[in-house]
Amino acid sequence: MEASIAKPTNYLNATHGAASWFLTKDHKRIALLYLISVSIFFLMGGVFASLIRLELLTPAGDFVSSETYNKFFTMHGVMMVFFFLIPSIPATLGNFLVPMMIGAKDLAFPRINLLSWYIYLVGGLMAVSAMVMGGVDTGWTFYTPYSTAVSNTHVVMTGVGIFIAGFSSILTGFNFIVTIHTMRAPGMTWMRLPLFIWAHYAASLIMIMGTPVIAVTLLMVVLERVLHFGFFDPTRGGDPVLYQHLFWFYSHPAVYIMVLPGMGVISELIAGFSRKPVFGYSFVAVSSLGIAFVGFLVWGHHMFTSSQSIYAGLIFSFLSYLVAIPSAIKVFNWTATLYKGSISWESPMLYAMGFIGLFTIGGLTGLFLSAIGLDLHLHDGYFVVAHFHYVMVGGTLLAYLGGLHFWWPKITGKLYYEPFAKVSAVIVFVGFNLTFFPQFILGYMGMPRRYHQYPEIDGWQVLNVLSTAGASILALGVILPAFYLTYSWFKGPPAGPNPWGVTGLEWETASPPPTANFEETPIVTRPPYAFTNEDAHV
Amino acid sequence: MSEVHAALADHGHEHHPRLQHHFDSLEQQLYASTFGMWVFLVTEVLFFGGLFMAYIVYRIWYPDMFVHASSHLSVPLGTFNTAVLIGSSLTMAYAVNAAQRGARPREQVIWLFGTMVLGAIFLGVKVIEYMDKITHHLVPGPNFHFEDPAYQATAQIYYSLYFALTGLHASHMIVGMVILAILAYKAAKGQFTAEWYTPVEIMGLYWHFVDLVWIFLFPLLYLIGGAH
Amino acid sequence: MLSYLPFFPPQGSTHAASVDALYVFFVAVTAFFSVLIATLIIVFAVRFRRRSPDEVGAPIHGSLVLELTWTFIPLVIAMVMFVWGASLYFQITTPPSNAMEVYVVGKRWMWKAQHVTGQREINELHVPVGQPVKLIIGSEDVLHAYWVPAFRMKMDAVPGRTTTMWFEASKAGTYQLFCAEYCGMSHSRMIGMVTALEPAAFQTWLAGGKSTGTMADLGAKVFTDLGCSTCHMDSAQGRGPSLKGVFGSQVTLASGDKITADEAYVRESILTPTAKMVAGFPPLMPTFQGVVSEEQIAQLTAYVKSLATAPAAPGAGTPAPAPGGAPAAGTTQAAAH
Repeated sequence: MEASIAKPTNYLNATHGAASWFLTKDHKRIALLYLISVSIFFLMGGVFASLIRLELLTPAGDFVSSETYNKFFTMHGVMMVFFFLIPSIPATLGNFLVPMMIGAKDLAFPRINLLSWYIYLVGGLMAVSAMVMGGVDTGWTFYTPYSTAVSNTHVVMTGVGIFIAGFSSILTGFNFIVTIHTMRAPGMTWMRLPLFIWAHYAASLIMIMGTPVIAVTLLMVVLERVLHFGFFDPTRGGDPVLYQHLFWFYSHPAVYIMVLPGMGVISELIAGFSRKPVFGYSFVAVSSLGIAFVGFLVWGHHMFTSSQSIYAGLIFSFLSYLVAIPSAIKVFNWTATLYKGSISWESPMLYAMGFIGLFTIGGLTGLFLSAIGLDLHLHDGYFVVAHFHYVMVGGTLLAYLGGLHFWWPKITGKLYYEPFAKVSAVIVFVGFNLTFFPQFILGYMGMPRRYHQYPEIDGWQVLNVLSTAGASILALGVILPAFYLTYSWFKGPPAGPNPWGVTGLEWETASPPPTANFEETPIVTRPPYAFTNEDAHV
Repeated sequence: MSEVHAALADHGHEHHPRLQHHFDSLEQQLYASTFGMWVFLVTEVLFFGGLFMAYIVYRIWYPDMFVHASSHLSVPLGTFNTAVLIGSSLTMAYAVNAAQRGARPREQVIWLFGTMVLGAIFLGVKVIEYMDKITHHLVPGPNFHFEDPAYQATAQIYYSLYFALTGLHASHMIVGMVILAILAYKAAKGQFTAEWYTPVEIMGLYWHFVDLVWIFLFPLLYLIGGAH
Repeated sequence: MLSYLPFFPPQGSTHAASVDALYVFFVAVTAFFSVLIATLIIVFAVRFRRRSPDEVGAPIHGSLVLELTWTFIPLVIAMVMFVWGASLYFQITTPPSNAMEVYVVGKRWMWKAQHVTGQREINELHVPVGQPVKLIIGSEDVLHAYWVPAFRMKMDAVPGRTTTMWFEASKAGTYQLFCAEYCGMSHSRMIGMVTALEPAAFQTWLAGGKSTGTMADLGAKVFTDLGCSTCHMDSAQGRGPSLKGVFGSQVTLASGDKITADEAYVRESILTPTAKMVAGFPPLMPTFQGVVSEEQIAQLTAYVKSLATAPAAPGAGTPAPAPGGAPAAGTTQAAAH
């Protein structure tokens, strides 16, 4: 096209051909490979979500059989948690931005970065083949002894797929940590790091310390299922609750793998679209580490009804409240950042504002579940479902979409059509709330999770219909960007280096950036978000 | 592991032949590699940690069973293997030292190869031990048979842990030996000099870690009967 | 009052009102902060909207006072929540000593209940109003969870463990019972009804129900059939310890530790006898894993409990009002038989 006229080379047009993509060591190209693959898994997870919502339109189990329904929610969870949410922001936006934001040419281990994508793909393909061969029905939690001794579905194939994909996550976190420690540009001190980097650093700590535990736990499940080892088998004196401890030792911190990078995105968006430094930078930065640390100590709150001792329950309850404090600090600081800002209502900012509101609700409803007295009622009901979707969708997904819109001009060098983006942000927000708010009420009224059919109790069907209606709106909202963003890549006007007028090293280089990110290694002399000269001398 | 090594062995294009293009200096590259290995080892600790956690829980629940079940392990073989593995750590340390000094390729290869041989002896003894467990029906599952019926059920937990822990450890040794073979090949070609010996150095960290895991496994699995 | 609002399940137990009160407090806190944050965001975003393309925000970097304020205030609120939630927890997990006991076993996909007096029910449970009821829960296969939303209470049924929960029905009526822990294909059909009856009506129900003997009787039969009685004799001459007066007492173990003999200990002693040996006895007892069913474990437990105070010899068949058994209701019923 006309682009060929004396256009500077960038990472997209530097080399050509399939091999130049599939064997690339460029973190930006790997980010795009991840972007495409996580989108595919998101789509699959989304299809399962729609099928779940369709079944629940009526109380009777009249759309699919119980076996099929159980596979739907299991595959929805597996796809969304392990193959979308965990890699979503770190492996796409993080991969693209971590080196650029700290002024490095690439991640410390580019080959490992590529390897991590292939590992992810192999794990994902195994999970998908398990699905094609008939699926798995244990729930994404793989609780024993159902998963080890009873279920006759493809538990091993799925488990091994997740096991493998776990190493992709470990390698990504490992790469980020080493890169952030060793490859910062001259002058890029720790307290000058963008908050996106702090958040990714904290999330990476969880990836390298939590993921191996789930890996070995799934290995134990596979050994027990295939070779009849007995780790969790009650008929041989083993304990199913030990499995739950090991599982949640990873899977609770994993929530923070999902949401911390999202918080990093939000900090960038709030600062950028208020043209103001983030209020209380050091508190926001350190609170990420606080979340990562305390997040490792609260897993037992998933087992308040599993007959753990009263004292263990009290300690886990107490610690669960503590982890709320750093999250609260972030929310207050973001809100305070808006004060006397220069706020523009562009689409990424709409997502960011939506995130703060929904994450606030998601976080506070988590406190309900930390109160043991309340959890005995709410546990394993729809209240829990609503709560974690407020965090995972209202939090992570909104941050992911907001970040994708924000950095899209940097990634592609093109501008998308902003009115479409605004409309779809509003659709997502409305659809999301309509889907999940009714589930809080359903949960308190007593509707259990993972139910294929439900009794005809006053109000239950109405709430479920509302939820399904919301889900169709939400689906529209997340599909729309796929169209106008793709369109903009081919037909959008050029973005220029810094279309939003924001700060950050990634905005000082061309869009799309050259393969080495910068013409020459940048030298950092200011703190982040220095929009005025006064900001620069702090 | 092999990825770490592969990335480190990556050939640079400009500057020093060993300097990868995205690093500014050899020092930065060495720092990144060594630091990376430590981070990787943190991951490894947690990987074994899940199994150790299960060990701790069941040991507290079934102390007598652990004593009885462990009495079927051969302490002499275990002791022998411990000595072999400590010896391999020594040869590995000499290999790192030889590379650091930029010693003659022959000397580097000898130490690397020696480490491999000791590793192979360890694995060989491990195979003998496994065969013994198989012939004595001590593999958990339907064919498991424990002489004392009181422990027939629970002793399977001990042997599940035994096979998982030692199997995981052995698989780490196999990976290590493959990398040692690659390093020996490269050392023979004279690639490691006093200026650039990073792969040997981080391989040393890995090998010592694998040894250290065994130093925990040996008393926890073999020697717990002695206390009684 | 709250139960008439559409957002709440019926209040069927004495716990329900206190759980609802805590819930309302949490909802209020959540609503307050959500509205506060949303309002601030909207007000700021409108009030400080960008008026010219090059405009930048004010150079404000933070305020230690504010940071401490919004660290400290949420901390205080969180601690209030914690203390309230924890004290409620203590209250609703510690059964009163006069609770009537019912044994419940989860099995794919049904809830089997057996009363101490012997009546069995499937996917149903009849309990008297105004009488604390303690459920002793086991599972025959996988995890389940016993959830009665109207009682605001649930507890997992964990294979290999004995769990307990208790409630006191406050109003006659039928209430939904759910399995809340995913257990495979027909998980959503593992539901039932809990019927709370006025005490008199409950007595009538008990009298009408078919009973094959009290649980302690059934347990005594299992005890003899499995040959337990050959070692666990009444006198001290048996190869195993006598079980008279054991339940609820402190047992000294071979390791020197002391343990209270409760439901979980009885189960463990049957299934993994060597785990916690009583001091002074050799580890001779074989495991009964796979030999006894969950229901038989429940019956044996009831039997061992009946020995705690009963002077009678094993199998004598007098249903004793065991400690923790339903005193008034139970004995009246026995007399009525």
